[in-house]
Amino acid sequence: MLELKNICFTRDNKKILDNINLKIDNNKLIVITGPNGSGKSTLVKMIMGIEKPDSGEIIFEGKDITNLEINERAKLGISFAFQQPVRFKGITVYDLLKIAAGKHITKKEACDALSQVGLCAKEYVDREVSSSLSGGELKRIEIASVVLREAKLTIFDEPEAGIDLWSFNNLIEVFENLIKTVKGTTVIISHQERILNIADEIILMKRGKIEKIGSSEEILEKTIKENIRCCKKLKEGEK
Amino acid sequence: MAETKLHDDLLNNVDEGILGEITKLDELKKGAFNIRKNGKGIERAVTENVNIVTKTDKPGIDIYVKENTKFDIVHIPVIITQSGLTDVVYNDFYIGKNAKVYIVAGCGIHNDHHKDSRHDGIHRFFLEEGANVTYVEKHYGEGEGTGKKILNPVTEVYLKKGSHMEMESVQIKGVDSTIRETKGVLEEDANFVVTEKIMTHGEQFAKTIFNVELNGSNSSAHVTSRSVAQGNSKQYFISKIYGNAKCFSHSECDAIIQDNAIVTATPEVTANHVDANLIHEAAIGKIAGEQITKLMTLGLTEEQAEQEIINGFLR
Repeated sequence: MLELKNICFTRDNKKILDNINLKIDNNKLIVITGPNGSGKSTLVKMIMGIEKPDSGEIIFEGKDITNLEINERAKLGISFAFQQPVRFKGITVYDLLKIAAGKHITKKEACDALSQVGLCAKEYVDREVSSSLSGGELKRIEIASVVLREAKLTIFDEPEAGIDLWSFNNLIEVFENLIKTVKGTTVIISHQERILNIADEIILMKRGKIEKIGSSEEILEKTIKENIRCCKKLKEGEK
Repeated sequence: MAETKLHDDLLNNVDEGILGEITKLDELKKGAFNIRKNGKGIERAVTENVNIVTKTDKPGIDIYVKENTKFDIVHIPVIITQSGLTDVVYNDFYIGKNAKVYIVAGCGIHNDHHKDSRHDGIHRFFLEEGANVTYVEKHYGEGEGTGKKILNPVTEVYLKKGSHMEMESVQIKGVDSTIRETKGVLEEDANFVVTEKIMTHGEQFAKTIFNVELNGSNSSAHVTSRSVAQGNSKQYFISKIYGNAKCFSHSECDAIIQDNAIVTATPEVTANHVDANLIHEAAIGKIAGEQITKLMTLGLTEEQAEQEIINGFLR
C-alpha cells in the first residue's frame, strides 16, 4: 500500500535520510525503532507530507503522492499522531474531535472516543486543548483524534514519549487495545518492548538508513547481541 | 411585565438583522429591555424587579435592579442606521444588595453612506454588597458605504463589599475605529472578571484601556484580552492595575497578528501594598505553524485551518 523509493533528505550537511527504500503492505502493524537521531521521525513526517524529500518518490496505493500537500494526503487516508501534541487556545476537545472525524459527530460519539483512550470523557469533552491539560492528557486526546479518522494508514510518532512512569503502563495498555481496533495499516515509532512484541514487522533504523527489517525476535536478538559486543569492547578498552 | 412603545419608528429587516448580531433575538423580550435606535428609545419593558427610567438631564437611562433579585435578564441594545449620526448615551445601572442579574448591551451600526456613524455608550455600574452581575457587550458594524462606523464605549464599574461582576465584550466585525475604556474600583472581597475579544481587519483601529483599582482587602481581578489583527489594522492594549491592599490580579493579553497588522501591548501593574499579588502575561505572535500542520493532518486546507484557529481563539 505504501512504497518509499530512494528517499534522501539532507539538512545542515547531514544526511538525515540516506536513500531509503521501503515497502509496507496492507493491514500490517509496523514498528520503527532505532537510536535517537537515526531519522525515524523524519521518515514518518515524509509519509504525512510534513517534510518533503530532497529526492525520491512516495507511492501510496499506486499513486505518486510525493508532491501532495498534508491535507491532500489526509484525504487519501493517511493519519498522523504527533510526538508532541499541539495546543490550541479556545478550541475544545470536542471541536478537535469533530474536525478529526471529518463529519458531525455527537458529543456521545466524542465521549466514546475519549473513553477508548482512558479519559473520563465528561470531564474532558468541553475543555480547551490548551496548556490547562497535562502532557499525558494531551497525548491521549491526540491518539483519540487520530483513531477517529479511521484512516487506511495511521502513523504514531513515539506515543510513549513524554509520559511519566506512572501513566506509562496504563497508556501502553490503552495502546495495545487500540491497535486491535484500528483498521488498516499502522506504523508506530517506539522503543518499548511491549509494542515491539505485537508488531508484524520491525524496521530498525541507524544513521539515516534502514539497518534491518524483521520480526521482533530477530531485531531484539540482534540488538542484544550488539549491546553485548559493545560492552565487551568497552571492557577490553578498560584493560 | 409592562411593555411601552416609546416611538413610532418600528423595527425593519435591517434593524432586526443587526439586532441579531448583537443579541439573541428570541431572548431579547423575555426580561426587561430598552431598544434604542438612531438616538431615540423606541421600545421598553420593565419587570417587577427591574425598572428602567429615562434620564432627564442628558440622553440615556437609569436601570434599577431591586435588592435580593434572584435572577433577571436585562437587554439594552442600540442600533444606528442613520449615516452621519453621532449618538452619545449615558446609562447607569444600580444593582441592589445581593441581586443577581444578567445584562446584555451592545451596539450595531449599519452605514451604507459616506458619512461617519458613531456611538459612544458610557455605562456605569454601581454594585451594592453581594450583588452579582454578568454583563455581555457586543459591537458590530456593517454596510457598504465609505462612512466609518465608530464605537467608543466607556464602562465604569464600582464594586462594593463581596460583589462580583463578570464582563464580556466582543467586537468581531466591521467596526472601523474604537477606543474602549474600562474602569473598575473594588472594595473588600469584590471580584471583577473581564474578558475582551477583538478582531480588526483592513484599515481598522482599536484601542483598549483597562484601569483597575483594587482597594479592598481580598479583592481580585482577572482581565483577559484575546485579539486578532489582520490586514493593515492597528491595535493598542493598555492595562493599568493598582494593588492598593491585600489583593490578587491576573491580566493577560494574547494577540494573533497577520498580514501587515500592528499590535502594541502596554501592561502596567503597580503594587502599593506588600500583600498585593499582581501577575501580567502578554503574548503577540502569528498563528503557530505547528497548529496549522496539525489541522492539515486532519484534512483541512491551510486557509480552513487558520479560520478554525481564529474562530476558536475568539470564541
